[in-house]
Amino acid sequence: MNRGRRIVNALMTGVFSVAGWVAIVFIFLIFLFTFKETVPIFTDPEVKEEANLHKFFAEQEKGETVSDRYIWQPTSDRPKVSLWPIILGTLKATFVGLLFACPVGVAAAVFSSEFAPAKLREVIKPVIELLAGIPSVVMGFFALIVLATWLQDAFGFTYRLNAINAGLALGFALVPIVYTISEDGLSAVPRSYREAAYALGASRLQTALSVVLPAAAPAVFASFVLAFGRAIGETMILLMAGGNAALTSFSLLDPLRTLSATIAAEMGEVVVGSAHYSALFFMGTLLFVITFISNTIGTWVIHGMQRRMGGSAS
Amino acid sequence: MTAMPAPATMTSPNRRIGDKVAVGLLGMSVVLIIAILVVILGNVAFHGIGAVTWEFITKPPRDGLMAGGIMPAIVGTAALVILMSIAAVPLGVATAIYLHEYTPAEGLSLAWKRFRVSKGRPGRRRLFFRAMSALLATITRSAVANLAGVPSIVFGLFGLGFFIQFIGRSIDRATQPPGEVLWGQGSLLWAACTLALLTLPTVIVATEEALRTVPQDLREASLALGATQWETIRRVVLPGSLSGIMTGAILGISRGAGEVAPILFTGAAYYLPFLPGDVTDQFMHLGYHVLILSTQSPDVEATKPLLYGTVFVLLALTFLLNLAGVIIRSRTRSRAR
Repeated sequence: MNRGRRIVNALMTGVFSVAGWVAIVFIFLIFLFTFKETVPIFTDPEVKEEANLHKFFAEQEKGETVSDRYIWQPTSDRPKVSLWPIILGTLKATFVGLLFACPVGVAAAVFSSEFAPAKLREVIKPVIELLAGIPSVVMGFFALIVLATWLQDAFGFTYRLNAINAGLALGFALVPIVYTISEDGLSAVPRSYREAAYALGASRLQTALSVVLPAAAPAVFASFVLAFGRAIGETMILLMAGGNAALTSFSLLDPLRTLSATIAAEMGEVVVGSAHYSALFFMGTLLFVITFISNTIGTWVIHGMQRRMGGSAS
Repeated sequence: MTAMPAPATMTSPNRRIGDKVAVGLLGMSVVLIIAILVVILGNVAFHGIGAVTWEFITKPPRDGLMAGGIMPAIVGTAALVILMSIAAVPLGVATAIYLHEYTPAEGLSLAWKRFRVSKGRPGRRRLFFRAMSALLATITRSAVANLAGVPSIVFGLFGLGFFIQFIGRSIDRATQPPGEVLWGQGSLLWAACTLALLTLPTVIVATEEALRTVPQDLREASLALGATQWETIRRVVLPGSLSGIMTGAILGISRGAGEVAPILFTGAAYYLPFLPGDVTDQFMHLGYHVLILSTQSPDVEATKPLLYGTVFVLLALTFLLNLAGVIIRSRTRSRAR
């Protein structure tokens, strides 16, 4: 073999090996650089004065209601930086979103893997892909301009923008995640499971619900976990349709503000290096850690199931 | 002889009706999903198509965004998407090639087992490196999966903290007179880099899938004829998987084209009277324009046609990209059959 070809080959091996590190390096850098801007909360005396873990999570002052005791007002004369209203808003939207997407997504997945004729299945797949392809800013626009009005007209909500409206739109965006992963899991269940159930006299419904679905339970669980990760981090839908009010409230009918929406709304005007800036990066770190954990669990469960079913389910 | 009790599993008419109702309920969820899609797309198309005129597409906004067109936003989005693809596609394809062509196909647990049982035999060092390479591949794959799950707003924070504050400011310190800021602020370049990171996992996963469709025999035949590994990749593997790679790239790009959260602090501008002429310029963006028009408009009813028109153009752009990807994919699939 001539020398030039060998050198080129060695060179390209080097190039590809470097490329192999890119994802690892960047996931590390993302954590490092989001966390780096959070550090002043623990070290910088001036920042610590205004924003620290105690101020984020402890009760701020006496007040009649919870919404008086936990307040997010980082830019007022006496900055108040309780994260509870924002965490609560995030959880409310996520709850409504999952409450819609999980049952609908799984039911559609069971239907299309166990009951739908092949022709219908070929319609469902592109529909799901299109739904997944709608940019979240468009979903947010739809929830803000159209859905909010419809819901208010139908149910007479006091606030046009609330957790129901924002959570529902979020749910629309989550359905493709739940559906795709659950459907993959259901299709990966070996035929022999179904045949055994039929041979015992079970109907198609019984087979689907009490044999196939339990066998695919890890995938369904993983789809919920990954949908949760997406819901926690989703920004545009909640920024636009959530009402943007950081209220400490347990009611689904109040406007809300999520972690992601707070970062999106306030980072543009914040002074770089201020306590407020660090607090926003703290929220970013929180989001990164939560989604990192839920993603790791989700992919780990899926891989475990793939190994057991002896095929690729993706 | 006692009558045998009917087995509980025997089909009774009652159960058949119950079954039908239950299956119908499951089917309703599919109908619901289709209905959601149709309502959203129908609503946008119904209100949006009338707003899209030649003037709307070719003129900049006027009167404080209350009138005029969205030309700068279309150009800005296109420029952003092109820059993003230049960064994301080669990098993503290279990562996928590394994962599929350069790491042991047998996987981590098997590679490690082979190393462990090789005690005292020749070639143990090679088996160790093979196991380590498999370990790196496993870590890389999970890093890719995690990168795909990082919230888009965190990518925005990272773009601000890393590309602008760290890299941009460093370039400024080295090349600009003191106090001058050229690179250390939001721009087309940094927004494209941020978005490229976000689309990277999509490109990697799709490319690896495409590489998997090239039969192993072809690689072995090429290597047996004396080709080097790189020659095999360039002449055999890449041509065989090109359309799959393109599909993945296009799907990744269409996702990136619609993302707004990562560009909020990395270069998108509220309003620019001129088009970006350099990668260090700020830019207007269709998705960001949708956000501005729907949340900051002083008169929502008056700007509604503009808003719907912008949403329509954005959706058309992402769906055309998606459609192109899907068509290429289905054509390759039918050819493979």
